[in-house]
Amino acid sequence: MSMEFIAKYIPTYQKAALLTLRLGVLGILLAIAVGLLCTTVQYYKVPVLRHIVGFYIEVSRNTPLLIQLFFLYYGIPKLGISVTPEQAGVIGLAFLGGSYMAETFRSGIESVPEIQEESALSLALTKRQAMQYIILPQATAISFPGFMANIIFLLKETSVFSAVSLMDLMFTAKDLIGMYAKTIESLSMLVVFYLIILLPISILGNIVEKKLRYAGFGT
Amino acid sequence: MNLGLEVLLKGSNMLRLLQGLWVALKISLIAVAISIPIGLVLGILMTFHSRVLHVILQIYLQIVRIMPQLVLLFIVYFGTTRLFGINLTGEVSAVIVFVFWGAAEMMDLVRGAVSSIPKHQYESAGALGMTKKQTYQYVILPQAVRRLVPLSINLVTRMVKTTSLITMIGVVEVLKVAQQIIEANRMSSPNAAFGIYLVVFILYFLACWPISLVARHLEKKWAVN
Repeated sequence: MSMEFIAKYIPTYQKAALLTLRLGVLGILLAIAVGLLCTTVQYYKVPVLRHIVGFYIEVSRNTPLLIQLFFLYYGIPKLGISVTPEQAGVIGLAFLGGSYMAETFRSGIESVPEIQEESALSLALTKRQAMQYIILPQATAISFPGFMANIIFLLKETSVFSAVSLMDLMFTAKDLIGMYAKTIESLSMLVVFYLIILLPISILGNIVEKKLRYAGFGT
Repeated sequence: MNLGLEVLLKGSNMLRLLQGLWVALKISLIAVAISIPIGLVLGILMTFHSRVLHVILQIYLQIVRIMPQLVLLFIVYFGTTRLFGINLTGEVSAVIVFVFWGAAEMMDLVRGAVSSIPKHQYESAGALGMTKKQTYQYVILPQAVRRLVPLSINLVTRMVKTTSLITMIGVVEVLKVAQQIIEANRMSSPNAAFGIYLVVFILYFLACWPISLVARHLEKKWAVN
């Protein structure tokens, strides 16, 4: 292992990691928004829209991100719409993540027993209050582990961004392997940088999950 | 506008795409077939109350959970050549990585399914005079399997989707074939990328969707009320 090589290329990896994080966070925020929207549509059974949402969820969950990105970045521009690599990355992540988030939120709401809403209504809470004070707090706690799993999953999925010529961690590693044949050094740095990004999120998720356990009380 | 659909009908292009898809499907099926038995054994080991075993398997699971599959592919594909001087083909590297990953996921699914059986099931079986073997054979395993099957079918779709990554370590599969077709027809139909990538997209959907539907159907059918 050449420490000199590692020291020299740490800034390159840092830049790549920041790109991954920036696009990842943006994509995940959009995915959460898409997920909330889909869940709302499905919960209130909005006509027509709920079928579109249902179709979107099936398509998004049954195709790989890499293929979605290829279509977005190399296919769509042929219709005369220009797409930058960064846009493709963020939109792709939001398209993929939206359905995962929607499914997690939906199953969270569904797992709150019906008796909870009925009890709330019989205590003269309005439908809105029942949602706000009774159902949502419990649904949030229940869907939290799935929500964290989704975030880690989506951050991991960003590793295919190099396919649309974004200079992310994978791109950097492959580039250095190709140029200097310092395979072990490049791969070690790749692993370390992914650990730096993903390990804290994973640990934080476990801590918050334990704090939110109250929802499971008695089950 | 010429969006590439006639390029697909030209010569054996559509057939080549399907053959490319088959390469990806074949690798995921091989990986699933190997990782399910390994995962079953590891998962049952995990339900034993051995501290050492539990710690080792947990570390294994966490490594798999945290590292992107593409990183694992790079490590096996580029790293082994460097470290051990073995030259693995992309296909072999892919099978190794997907088994390493699939076995860990399967292990966790088995652990989850077995430990989700409530304690009173064991106790009731014991109270009815069943031996330990009978308890597992007639009470615990039939219930655990019903929880496990839909989840493992879902693992198959995840495996199929993940095999799309093998193009990044140089395996010629559906995406690579699509690129070749687009490149070869660049002059006559410059906009073919739209139609061809759309078809690849639809092909993946058609490969995964029916499997997901079966998983969901079984999940509903066997739901524990």
